[in-house]
Amino acid sequence: MSTHHKDSCGLHCLQVSSLTVELSGKRIVSDVHLHAHCGELTAIIGRNGAGKSTLMKAMIGELKYKGCITFSGHGGTPTPHRPRCGYVPQSIELDRSSPLTVQDLLLCYTSRWPVFFPRRKKTIAALKAHLQTFGADGLLKMRVGALSGGELQRVLLALAMWDHPDVVLLDEPVSGVDNEGLQVFYELIDRLRVQDMLVVLISHDLPFVREKADRVILLEGGCVAASGTPKSVFATEAFERAFPVEARREAE
Amino acid sequence: MDLIRPFLDYEFMRNALFAVLLIMPLFAILGTMVVNNGMAFFSDALGHSALTGVGIGVLLGMSDYEWPMIVFAVVFALLMNRVRHASRGRADTVIGVFSSCGVALGLVLLSRGGNFQSYQSLLIGDILNVTPDRLWVLLAALAAVIVVWMFSFNRFLAVSISPTLAKTHRVAVWLYDRLLVVVTAVVVMLSIRIVGLLIINAMLILPAAASRNVARSMRSYHVLAMVFGLFSGLLGLVLSYYNEAAAPGPMIVLCAASVFFGTLFLARKK
Repeated sequence: MSTHHKDSCGLHCLQVSSLTVELSGKRIVSDVHLHAHCGELTAIIGRNGAGKSTLMKAMIGELKYKGCITFSGHGGTPTPHRPRCGYVPQSIELDRSSPLTVQDLLLCYTSRWPVFFPRRKKTIAALKAHLQTFGADGLLKMRVGALSGGELQRVLLALAMWDHPDVVLLDEPVSGVDNEGLQVFYELIDRLRVQDMLVVLISHDLPFVREKADRVILLEGGCVAASGTPKSVFATEAFERAFPVEARREAE
Repeated sequence: MDLIRPFLDYEFMRNALFAVLLIMPLFAILGTMVVNNGMAFFSDALGHSALTGVGIGVLLGMSDYEWPMIVFAVVFALLMNRVRHASRGRADTVIGVFSSCGVALGLVLLSRGGNFQSYQSLLIGDILNVTPDRLWVLLAALAAVIVVWMFSFNRFLAVSISPTLAKTHRVAVWLYDRLLVVVTAVVVMLSIRIVGLLIINAMLILPAAASRNVARSMRSYHVLAMVFGLFSGLLGLVLSYYNEAAAPGPMIVLCAASVFFGTLFLARKK
């Protein structure tokens, strides 16, 4: 395995074994294995309804699952507790007219002091600096309901990264983000990876996955149909079944 | 029109004034969170369950209906909350069913023997007969809610925005979800004899809804809900005094509704 990047310590590792999720008696995700290292980008691809989002929700502990998720920190020994997951959901169901600002959003998840009280200048400056890192500067006082899809996604990424999680899990939105927003988002993900983060991304952008992912997991009907490097996965029959158009392009 | 005169002349007006000064901020604090959570219909059903609570008290031969009312409302609210979560997308139907059952069961229990008239004050409340004891209870409730909010407001907000995100930030979602429901149930029951179950939800929701029309941050949302609530409360009280003692509760609701429509007009320009 030499897919680690140069600066990566390679010791942090997320291991998912035999993960199965059942919802109202129906098996949505079945016996999934996944192995991801820090400094790596693992992409989960598959058609709609293949179980991608369900798998990720099980990984963050939102859904009950059978199987095992372990995380090993520095030194390679598995930690007894669940890994701290930074999670960027596909979207948040938000009333567009809500008075919630980006500052309110960030503070309510990261502090206890009620958000309607004034804050110290130092706190505001720290928030601004953090947002700037994620290409979301200038958005602090904006209402969340007034953000564009791409802006909201960057704010959610900044929120996910606030308290230095062990693992970043990103569920890429299917729509609502323009091309430019998507490019910025991908650059940020790339930067996280270079900074030695362990990134797992559900993606619908196959050219991006082809170019940037270190490992790819192709889900089909809740099962892993193929996994490995992008090149090897994109050459499988399962990939051709899931994405016939892209597979033809790949063959050319 | 002399605005202060009635409060100087009559003790019942002074008590009513204190009641408004306590209830409106209490409702503004709670109402903003109820609106955040899309629970307006939920709190309405909760108010209606007071009838059954009183009915149970009567059945048990109790002279004070407060405890059966509170206990029943808490159980009712927790049960309704559970079903609400389980029935994604059909929550309004389920809450409608709960609401109707709460009213029907209460009416059956209270109309036995044909003396429902003696419980009519439960419907429209009696703000002009507030006792000093009740004022102390309201003050304690306000203090308790403020304490809970100081510790839990961000958690409530986090859960209302996205339970999933809240979970990844180590918020005990199940705890705060239930805590909000229980606090709402208790506060509604403590104020229902003053405000009346027909309009209690309007008082809870309208100032927050009006504030939401124009607010641009969580801070202005809360400040404005408080201001709108107090303004409607005081104006409604005075207007009812000069309007041949028309029931003050409904008058307050009308004032709050006017503020709501006024801000709705402003919201278009937002």
